[in-house]
Amino acid sequence: MVKSNSNNMSAVIVNNISKKYKVEKSQVTALNTVSFEVLKGELFGIVGPDGSGKTSLFRVLTTLLLADSGNASIEGYDIVKDYKIIRKKLGYMPGRFSLYHDLTVEENLSFFATIFNTSIAENYDLIKDIYQQIEPFKHRRAGKLSGGMKQKLALCCALIHKPSVLILDEPTTGVDAVSRKEFWEMLQRLKAQGITILVSTPYMDEASMCDRVALMQNGQILAIDKPDQINLQFSKPLWAVKAASMYSLLKTFKKWQAVESCYSFGEYYHVVMKSDLNGNDAIKSYLLQQQFLDIEVHQITANIEDSFMALMNKSHD
Amino acid sequence: MKQFFAFVKKEFFHIWRDKRTLFILLGMPITQIIIFGFALTNEVKNSKMAILDFSKDAASSQLVQKMSVSKYFDATTVLTNYQEVLPVFKKGKIKMILVIPQHFANDLQHGNQAHIQLICDGSDPNVANTLSTYASAIIKDFQTAIVKEQKLPYRIETDIRMMYNPELKGAYSFVPGVMALILMLTSAMMTSIAIVKEKEMGTMEIILVSPLRPFSVVIAKAIPYMILSMVNVATILLLSVYVLDVPIRGSLLLLLSEGLLFTITSLALGLLISSITDSQQVAMLISLMGLFLPTTVLSGYMFPIENMPLPLQVMSNLVPAKWFYSIVKTIMIKGLGLSYVWKETLILIGMTVFLFGLSIKKFKTRLS
Repeated sequence: MVKSNSNNMSAVIVNNISKKYKVEKSQVTALNTVSFEVLKGELFGIVGPDGSGKTSLFRVLTTLLLADSGNASIEGYDIVKDYKIIRKKLGYMPGRFSLYHDLTVEENLSFFATIFNTSIAENYDLIKDIYQQIEPFKHRRAGKLSGGMKQKLALCCALIHKPSVLILDEPTTGVDAVSRKEFWEMLQRLKAQGITILVSTPYMDEASMCDRVALMQNGQILAIDKPDQINLQFSKPLWAVKAASMYSLLKTFKKWQAVESCYSFGEYYHVVMKSDLNGNDAIKSYLLQQQFLDIEVHQITANIEDSFMALMNKSHD
Repeated sequence: MKQFFAFVKKEFFHIWRDKRTLFILLGMPITQIIIFGFALTNEVKNSKMAILDFSKDAASSQLVQKMSVSKYFDATTVLTNYQEVLPVFKKGKIKMILVIPQHFANDLQHGNQAHIQLICDGSDPNVANTLSTYASAIIKDFQTAIVKEQKLPYRIETDIRMMYNPELKGAYSFVPGVMALILMLTSAMMTSIAIVKEKEMGTMEIILVSPLRPFSVVIAKAIPYMILSMVNVATILLLSVYVLDVPIRGSLLLLLSEGLLFTITSLALGLLISSITDSQQVAMLISLMGLFLPTTVLSGYMFPIENMPLPLQVMSNLVPAKWFYSIVKTIMIKGLGLSYVWKETLILIGMTVFLFGLSIKKFKTRLS
């Protein structure tokens, strides 16, 4: 119960957390010396592909898993020593919407409210905005809800005891685009009420909704910054290229020595050149030389996904 | 405490809304008692027999009369000659034929010796054996009745008395057995499945993160099944008293308390199983193989433990059902009190405390 006073502004402090799993005799590193801090009242995103270690990290933080090394604290409480206190302060929504399918919406919510020592009425104002959307179905069994409604109910259940830190593990996976957008709006409103939110997602486009994001890959954090700051780290010019025959275009770029990286993005390829000297004209003339038709090349500003790809390539080298 | 009751209420919802499982849970004792009581019995009742009476005199008709009056035989078919014997057996309905030769009454009265032939269908040796024994007993009875009129110099009368179960009813031994079996199944298997289900659904993650203490979670999970098991005990006892005529000779309160104790032992076993498995299938397999089999085989109600090889006899001591079976038999059939079952009761209490302690200790406050 020793409250650390190192940083009163931080809601979550993670310090060199490592975790290894044994998978059929070989060891898999799920988390490799992960460190970061989340400020009070911040909406912090952890973005990374499947298997990058997001769920393991959240399970360590929610005191469900013990890390092999390193330490972390939530609201000043140590995740190993003070796990009982942390479990009272935390709202956690696991990756699968963990609800009782044979209980109704209302029964699920009141059950979770009761086991966290509160009642629906007590914290109704906190979940009102979200709960009102599913209230018409409150007598329906949770198993019969759509993905978006399940997600809203799970969020209500995680919020019902008024946690000071909310941890959401891929809350938007498997949910339609409209519900996803609504969900992020809800997170913004919760943030406005002063709740610290730690959310993971595999979708790059959602990263821009966070105050700060950590890009995660193979159990390591590649970068932590504000979404637009991360894009600024992208130093080289980025080109969007399109031609009539896209497949052979990709093969050509892969072979071309002057290209640093090339990946598909919508109907374009995003291309980074090794040297800044190879600009628009250089690319165009090279492609003409290779007999491509309908060539289109223009410079674009990097988005979060471009930054992520660049950081990933860098960490591979 | 409020959290605890909310959890118990939730468990009841789970059980109540899964109508199919509930039906099986509550229907199982009824079907088991009915199957064991009326179908799976090695008692012989109303076996069809045929009479081939060549003598047709007063003595022979008296004997036939005595046979058909008994509840074991149904002597409806009457044959007239030996040629009919084989075809009758081939049809398979008749299990035994009583052949009375000519001059039966005359031989009996004047020659001091008369012969009777019993022809049995030996394709089912057990039934044939039982039938011939029953028939011999009836014939002996008949003989004694005649002999009583004359005085013989030497005679030994064997007077057999079956204590506690004079009619040798099978129900007296299987009712305690079925009780042990059903309590084991509902309590151990259903609780282990119910807990593992939470792990599978992912709800265990949230419950672990909640301020609920593991001890409360485990107890709250077990309570609904305990109540359900006591309903089953009541069903079994009602059925055995009113349908199978098995009496409860000892104290009902003592019997119910022992039932509750064994239920708790089984629940503890179920909790232990749930803490070492992560999937419902594995939990079910362990419960079936690890509990169901020893309960039927090693508890002593199907096969006598005294006849088993020594290692199995030693192993049977580890099976809680063995002790419970012996307790129920002592209280229900023999009508004895706690002073005769305190040793078994203590062993069960010891097992329960050990299993409960182990499962609480094994219950993980984290995921791995």
